[in-house]
Amino acid sequence: MSFYGLVDGTEASLKKYLGSLSGVDQVGADARAAMLSTRSIKTTSKRWAIDTAITMVDLTTLEGADTPGKVKALCTKAVRPDPTDPSVPSVGAVCVYNDMVEIARTHLDLIGGQHVGVAAVSTAFPSGRASMAVKIQDTKDAIEAGASEIDMVIDRGAFLSGQYIEVFDEIVKIREVCGSKAHLKVIFETGELVTYDNVRKASFLAMAAGADFIKTSTGKVAPAATASVVLVMLEAVRDFYAMTQVRIGVKPAGGIRNTKDAIKQLVLVNETAGPEWLKPSLFRIGASALLNDLLMQRMKIDDGYYASPQYVTID
Amino acid sequence: MSNRIDVKKTYKLFINGAFPRTESGRTYEVKNAKGVFIANPCLASRKDLKDAVVAARAAQHGWNKATTYNKGQILYRLAEMLEGRRAQFVDEIVTVTGVSKAKAEKEVTDSVDRLVWYAGWTDKISSLSGALNPVAGPYYNFTIPESMGVIAAIAPETPSLLGLIDSIAPIIVGGNTVVVLASTKAPLSAMSFAEVIATSDVPAGVINILTGKKDEITPWMASHMDIDGLDISGLGAKKHSDVKTSGSENLKRIYSFKSADPGRILAFMENKTVWHPIGL
Repeated sequence: MSFYGLVDGTEASLKKYLGSLSGVDQVGADARAAMLSTRSIKTTSKRWAIDTAITMVDLTTLEGADTPGKVKALCTKAVRPDPTDPSVPSVGAVCVYNDMVEIARTHLDLIGGQHVGVAAVSTAFPSGRASMAVKIQDTKDAIEAGASEIDMVIDRGAFLSGQYIEVFDEIVKIREVCGSKAHLKVIFETGELVTYDNVRKASFLAMAAGADFIKTSTGKVAPAATASVVLVMLEAVRDFYAMTQVRIGVKPAGGIRNTKDAIKQLVLVNETAGPEWLKPSLFRIGASALLNDLLMQRMKIDDGYYASPQYVTID
Repeated sequence: MSNRIDVKKTYKLFINGAFPRTESGRTYEVKNAKGVFIANPCLASRKDLKDAVVAARAAQHGWNKATTYNKGQILYRLAEMLEGRRAQFVDEIVTVTGVSKAKAEKEVTDSVDRLVWYAGWTDKISSLSGALNPVAGPYYNFTIPESMGVIAAIAPETPSLLGLIDSIAPIIVGGNTVVVLASTKAPLSAMSFAEVIATSDVPAGVINILTGKKDEITPWMASHMDIDGLDISGLGAKKHSDVKTSGSENLKRIYSFKSADPGRILAFMENKTVWHPIGL
């Protein structure tokens, strides 16, 4: 593995690489994110933004109470979010627990949703507290069951205690398991990383180790995908592109519940990483309740009056 | 001590138990009968209405599930709080409308009494309208009135306080939540009444009050798919047919009332009929 020539896989080289990163100006990042959040997107641009956001949604159900029936219903919604309006695009992927992957893949194929991927949360999600053997097996299971995207969590305990090489090796091993069969998204759980410096460090570590996507959170910890954290990660992928000419994707997840939040994310992407990132292969939004609000806003634009949640599904 | 700077009240909206300014940032001038400037209340926009409906919808299930006894207690509490702030309301009514103090006092007294009267109806309305229906079979057959959902109301211009209470109370007695547009010319007592609501254990979102222009807000109320009923008592008769036309998309129940009576409560309730087998 070449790791883009940035590190050679040894602890010394990784420390040197991470040590070379500049710190994040916390006040500046918060101010910039807050400023971008005030942008107002209207009419045709809003319509475009809503449809683009729908194609970027990773429609998610990660509950202990998930049933095969619920997962199938979610898949149906993923393919045709609004059954009364065929012009609504399909979402990017469905995101489920490992044991639901096969059910989701089979059902999607059955209903003509071959173009919708299945993302599996892996490596002892959401805590990441298991042995490496278990994490590898977890990932293998998901890929065999048909997952095309793996959302792995990092070992935050190791990261926070400075054991960067452990985190790095973990990502490298899961990357090997994924091979060419599955995209790898690396979840940091930014709510537990505490500082923006850590978020930036984790981003560069994961990108060098072979992540295709970097993802903010599991959705189980608050705060999750705040505008500032997403800004820091978008700056990381932009800088990484400048270093390597490789574009890494970003996936905010957790706390993005309405259209306004989603459009703020798109503004952040456009203004930080650039318009090249405004597509589902490089930007995803992990969400469940968001899709209904996007659909209701879409109805509002088409009909000219406010929509009711009674006309979208109960998830 | 002299030259003390006046501490003037900022009149804001009342949405989801909080007092936000309008998202539009607009205000309008309220003047008294002689044209003297009194205050700058918020000029609410359709987006404020949207936010209020979201809050009202979220609160409806919980308010509907509250016991009728509890609802009655809360309405009675509103009366208690209003009674305690009687002087402020009298003052505001006199300032804005220019009526005599005696007349303003009577309006506040009537408002308190009206709230007590509505409070009493919470646990009696279902006995008034509900029925045990005779059916040809071994069943009990009950009909009971239930809440309709989120109701919007346009309060009359005058009387500004009593009219507001007649726009709010009958709707929430039946377990609905309400978004009310207060009197445009005399919104002060409405916004002060919001302070009464905020200190009366009314759950957030059950009552939401906007101030602004009827012509601007009414069409959005009429067409909003998540509003189940509309009280247009405060709207001129000429505009009624327009509102009813745009409200037909989701079969909104749209009524106008001239008095306070139990029918006003039942107008925004729906009858549910239940069949129950008689045990042998």
